[in-house]
Amino acid sequence: MADTGMQTAGTPLSSVTVSPVTDLSDHATKVDCQGIDVFYGDKQAIFDISMAIPERSVTSFIGPSGCGKSTFLRCINRMNDTIESARVDGKIFIDGQDVNSDRVDPVLLRSRVGMVFQKPNPFPKSIYDNIAYGPRLHGLASSRKDLDEMVETSLTRAGLWNEVKDRLAQPGTGLSGGQQQRLCIARAIAVSPEVILMDEPCSALDPIATARIEELIDELRQRFCIVIVTHSMQQAARVSQRTAFFHLGRLVEFGDTETVFTNPTNERTSDYITGRFG
Amino acid sequence: MRPMTSHIVSAFSEELEQLSADILRMGGVAETMIDQACQALVRGDLKLAEETSEMDDVVDSIEVDVERRITRLLALRNPMATDLRAVIAALKVASELERVGDLSKNIAKRVGPLSGADVSSAIKGIERMGTGVKQQLNSVLNSYSEADSDLSLKVWTGDEDIDQHYNSMFREVLTYMMQDPGLIGAGTHLMFIAKNLERIGDHCTNIAEIVHYQVTGTYLTSSARPKAPLLEG
Repeated sequence: MADTGMQTAGTPLSSVTVSPVTDLSDHATKVDCQGIDVFYGDKQAIFDISMAIPERSVTSFIGPSGCGKSTFLRCINRMNDTIESARVDGKIFIDGQDVNSDRVDPVLLRSRVGMVFQKPNPFPKSIYDNIAYGPRLHGLASSRKDLDEMVETSLTRAGLWNEVKDRLAQPGTGLSGGQQQRLCIARAIAVSPEVILMDEPCSALDPIATARIEELIDELRQRFCIVIVTHSMQQAARVSQRTAFFHLGRLVEFGDTETVFTNPTNERTSDYITGRFG
Repeated sequence: MRPMTSHIVSAFSEELEQLSADILRMGGVAETMIDQACQALVRGDLKLAEETSEMDDVVDSIEVDVERRITRLLALRNPMATDLRAVIAALKVASELERVGDLSKNIAKRVGPLSGADVSSAIKGIERMGTGVKQQLNSVLNSYSEADSDLSLKVWTGDEDIDQHYNSMFREVLTYMMQDPGLIGAGTHLMFIAKNLERIGDHCTNIAEIVHYQVTGTYLTSSARPKAPLLEG
């Protein structure tokens, strides 16, 4: 801004402080995707996407419906394996390990890479068993006390403990939508994953439940690598440090969230986020 | 900047266009105020000075209206990227122009106290300075309406001339006052008028910075701007 009063020659005026873009330089790459193509039968859904997702941070995927963001997300924990006609080419490394290698057991992989879906999908079991299921399956708890602790820690981290601690034996399906989603997040983090994938985790929730989940995501990023697909641009802007914009199966722009939302490099990104698309 | 295609929500595009039209209207009034205040001073025209003072109400009311509509737009439309920068720019430019209006009004109010004082040569200097400042405002408003960052940069660096003009006015008026203590009252008014014009110049550089940010998404920092050294004493 221009000067506000008397200045002596050569004195620098107060210069504009530009807040730096989120610095993730000390965050190593957690998920390294290289040249990913996905086909459903003959139809190609993803075209040659490469992306390095940093650890301990939130990366959001945005783009219009059908742009391939969910398909790409599902490559990271090999959820596309469950679709008969799907074929994935290219390499994805988590901490340097190729997730598509024959030596990787998809079930173990999914314990390292947790997933939260659009609609809360608690098991038709008690709240306690919803959380205890994963640790039991993977043999993570050595005693009942151990398991109790895991359940409490997971529910606490998911911000649900105080609301459910007196009714752990009641069915998880009896909770409200927002609570169910936090239960699913607690279930995902109970097996101590390294990466959490969230596919529109708030789109079925009211604004207050959404705010709770967003707050939770912000806390979880201290220890996890989180990738979130969202249709809410504001949500992507609020919760993530990196944003990737997908269009027609291609990665159009991937960068610092603040830059993407204030000064995107690509015209298609700009058109999409300003509501000029299509 | 490339021409903008329309939003899917057409009312949003209309609101943004209206906002920019209002800023230009406000700028036009402010420009007229500078011009008329200087004319009133040169001619000793108290009626014109009075009319100029009254125009400040127009500037103020446009600012209030712009601010109200921007608050609404931010709440309802969640503007992003180029739109977000355009809205923020409009809000900031409006407040800069509001100050330009105030300063011009202040010049007009000093026409009365100065009438009858024998300071015609200093007033000629003020007139030239006023023309320069008005030109700066005109250019920066053009840079806003054309989204022309090169022009905004030109205004930004051009403020140095205004500062030099101010320094020479300061020196001249100071000399008058030292020569004839009877002119201290009139001289002080002239000093304030020159300072007001210099401040309007600063508001123009602020607007230039805002336009530059709106168009390019990058910040100009004041420490990089060329400036005339300030006079001692």
